[in-house]
Amino acid sequence: MAVRRKSLGSSLSPATALEFRGVSYRVGGNLILDDLSFQIEPGRTLILLGRSGSGKTTALKMLNGLLFPSNGQILVENRATTDWDLIQLRRSIGYVIQEVGLFPHFTIGENVGLVPRLQGWPPDRVAARVAELLAQVGLEPSQFLNRYPRQLSGGQRQRVGVARALAAEPKLLLFDEPFGALDPVTRVELQDQFLELRDRLRKTSIFVTHDVREALRLGTEIALLHRGRLEVLTTPDEFVKSEGPEARAFLSTL
Amino acid sequence: MMPPYLLQEMAQLTGEHFVLVLSSMAIAVAAGLPLGILLTRRASLRTPLLGFANIMQTIPSLALFGFLIPIPFIGGIGKRTAIVALVLYALLPILRNTLAGILGVDVAVRESAIAMGLTGRQLLWEVELPLAAPTIIAGVRIATVTTIGTATIAAAIGGGGLGVFIFRGIASVDTTQILAGAIPAALLALLSDGGFSWIERRFSLS
Repeated sequence: MAVRRKSLGSSLSPATALEFRGVSYRVGGNLILDDLSFQIEPGRTLILLGRSGSGKTTALKMLNGLLFPSNGQILVENRATTDWDLIQLRRSIGYVIQEVGLFPHFTIGENVGLVPRLQGWPPDRVAARVAELLAQVGLEPSQFLNRYPRQLSGGQRQRVGVARALAAEPKLLLFDEPFGALDPVTRVELQDQFLELRDRLRKTSIFVTHDVREALRLGTEIALLHRGRLEVLTTPDEFVKSEGPEARAFLSTL
Repeated sequence: MMPPYLLQEMAQLTGEHFVLVLSSMAIAVAAGLPLGILLTRRASLRTPLLGFANIMQTIPSLALFGFLIPIPFIGGIGKRTAIVALVLYALLPILRNTLAGILGVDVAVRESAIAMGLTGRQLLWEVELPLAAPTIIAGVRIATVTTIGTATIAAAIGGGGLGVFIFRGIASVDTTQILAGAIPAALLALLSDGGFSWIERRFSLS
């Protein structure tokens, strides 16, 4: 199995893309994450599944240093997030959120090319990369390059969001319910696109959702969070056979 | 009709007025914009600084000019005191709009900017300031138009400008003199309002 629960103290395999090591997160008196430990190997797509408030988005935001654990450690490429240069860590991680968060004053091309530009790529390399990525997510570059986010549909904007996340050739991709606000038809289209990119690029990805159907479809592994604890971590095939009450509750929605 | 000597003085005082407003606004923007940005980063300073600017606004303008006269270094009779008073008046709209403009940037946009690895400085220059620009410019516009009006009071403390006509006109019950001050001041205000609304449109997205 590519992902397993990991006990403290065992030696790290060099192939570990990232690891949660005894991670807890507290806000005031509330325990949002409770002693979370697991690791992911490169190229896998881990789904963090859970209800609202289960801690899945919190866990995600710890990977690119938007939040830091109260206890424990998050290791990205065997280095704790607290030891990373945060700017470099974030630039090497693609991040896609439900609200997309495209810069409204930038064209589509400028949005996608921002991190490569900040990383000092020469303009012609940025331009080539932007065109390549737009084509990859199914947007004709000549048609979209110079448009502004407000001139696009929700689905098109989310495609741009994915292209932007991929722009600087990140080692890790984070998705926070990226397709949650889309209509069902567009959602399935973007899921298909996601699967196609997943199998072609084989980037390590963490994908947060509360939709078990989406989880089963897109994940190579599914981690079920319940009240900040890891309930189950297994493959989609095994997940459907889970017996735990929270897993059953999710599976009953199918 | 207006005698020629009046026209000549009108040109001179309009020039003075313009310089008074321009210097005050330059200082107010140079101080207000960075202070407004500072307020977005330090929430604890918001209440005291905005409170100060608010109080300045509530002081009747004639009184504020008067209060400043006995204060050493910034006070006294003349243009310098007038500029200090005008800056104090112009500060509030600039501070408030800078703060509102930057805090008004969509949370998702700011979060993705941070998550993409923008530094604090890049966040400010690439994202926050461009998106806040229309609001900030609106603040400068309000401040400028008010300052053009308020600057007529500068004449009361020897600051010159179009107020000279107005005060003289009031003292001598001469409507022509009052109008010689009021009309150019109103025209200046209209012109700058139009100019700023053009700039504002250029900076806004839709």
